Amino acid sequence: MLKLIDVEKTFHANTANEVRPLRGITLDIGEGAFVIVLGGNGSGKSTLLNALAGCFEIDSGRIELDGQDLGDWSEHRRAAWIGRVFQNPFSGTASGMSILDNFSLAAKRGKLRGLAWAQSRKLRQELQGRVRELDMGLENRLDSPIGLLSGGQRQALTLLMATWLKPKLLLLDEHTAALDPKSADQVLALTERVIADAKLTTLMVTHSMQQAVQYGDRIVMMHGGRVLHDFGYEQKQQLQVDDLLACFHNARQDEWLD
Amino acid sequence: MALLIGALTLGIILSLLALGVYISYRIFDIADITVDGSLTFGAAVTGVLLVNYGVHPLYATLAGFAAGLLAGTVTGILQTTFRINPLLSGILVMSGLYSVNLHVMGRSNIPFLGVATLNSYCEQLGASWFGAATTNLGGWTVSSADVTMLMLMSVLVSSIALVLWAFFRTDLGTAMRASGDNPQMVKALGGNVALYRLFGLALANGLVALAGSLWAQYQNFADVQMGIGMIVWGLASVIIGEALTGAAGVGLAIVGTIIGSVLFRELVAIALSFGLNPNDLKLITAVFVFAALVLPDLARKLSTRANRKRAKVARTRPC
Repeated sequence: MLKLIDVEKTFHANTANEVRPLRGITLDIGEGAFVIVLGGNGSGKSTLLNALAGCFEIDSGRIELDGQDLGDWSEHRRAAWIGRVFQNPFSGTASGMSILDNFSLAAKRGKLRGLAWAQSRKLRQELQGRVRELDMGLENRLDSPIGLLSGGQRQALTLLMATWLKPKLLLLDEHTAALDPKSADQVLALTERVIADAKLTTLMVTHSMQQAVQYGDRIVMMHGGRVLHDFGYEQKQQLQVDDLLACFHNARQDEWLD
Repeated sequence: MALLIGALTLGIILSLLALGVYISYRIFDIADITVDGSLTFGAAVTGVLLVNYGVHPLYATLAGFAAGLLAGTVTGILQTTFRINPLLSGILVMSGLYSVNLHVMGRSNIPFLGVATLNSYCEQLGASWFGAATTNLGGWTVSSADVTMLMLMSVLVSSIALVLWAFFRTDLGTAMRASGDNPQMVKALGGNVALYRLFGLALANGLVALAGSLWAQYQNFADVQMGIGMIVWGLASVIIGEALTGAAGVGLAIVGTIIGSVLFRELVAIALSFGLNPNDLKLITAVFVFAALVLPDLARKLSTRANRKRAKVARTRPC
């Protein structure tokens, strides 16, 4: 489904601030896989997601989604195939606009936006049903500004928005990192349900080893812009937080020895 | 009475300017100073077509609107394709337009004497509707041309406001509103933010130029200086409108902006009739906008401080 072949990216090349967040990433991700991308700060995991989403052009390598080379696709064109949830709850929703307004945008993700009415009774009813399932008491607040909601509520809604039309690929960029533990658990539970229901191909970035062990069916561990380990389903079942910690510890030590 | 009707008509015409500023300033969060140039551009294009080419006033007015679309598009291209700071893009286009306007007009002032304009059209229409050059309105004798013009402009601006309101409820309009609110989100949902911004700036300046075109026809001349400081005028109208309606939702904001423009023009007319020096007008408008931007924050800060002091007193009380 998703293929990355030797993807490289350097920022501020040939200056004192040169950073190389992606140093040859090659990955092959099958349809319906729920991949956890694990790494510390500066490991390149968020840059990897942004490269997929098209926030910048990669320096070399190839990104293929569903057999299509995404190289020349702009960010908004890729959005037709890719759903995204960001780390910052403010990033995924337009705070001054109502919940319904926000979802009317999500209902047109990647489609041509013309002069048809954005809101419809059908959308409102469908949304009311989906929001009721969240059990956050939002079903009667569809017309209030989304900016009045809590971070957890906004992330839950952003997740629903990103998957309102089924994306070929779902990118979750540490989408619970800014939430309190209780909200984070709620959003993660919802994430798991949404992904399972729609059989979504997902990349979820996290720095939490606990989350990495608990969720998904494959772990891609990144360090210094490279894929350090790639644990498949069977291996992942055996993995524990301590094992992951040890992997990172070894990687750091190797770096020292270099 | 004639003075009030005049101010009312001008207020309604200039509410198109205010609506343009509302779009760029409130929806896209850009203080777009192109407005100062595009207002004159609309007046200049309309004026030249009327005086030099004898074009029908309706087409000349539409051409004025188109001129504004063009000016806004140029500013939009500078901002999106060339990634120039929004404020600077506006300054560049406004500055360039000053020369363009002089070239279009051929001189700094064009009087619309002896040519057909919307104004002369209203004179004919008024005479045939009311049967005389003057008519009686609630005990006041007023020019029927003025009343006709006022009615025509009210109908025009109401229809434009209605179309705008409807537009901002469509898929495209909603995406445009969102791209001012959160561009990152709109991109993630497949919206072409740059294109929306370009379109919004074109529309905003189109409306402003239309205001310029109508204003010139109403006062019977176009002047190369008529646009100077008009963005502040538009901002003042938008701010008054928000104070009146609370700025919840696009519909209320549009209505508020129109009322704000009319109110502001009436206030100015009254102040002028009481002997305010017209030279001070721009300064007073600028100070007004400054105060409107600063006072709400200041009031909040002062009241928080007062509350804190009160709380302190309460806490030191023995139990």
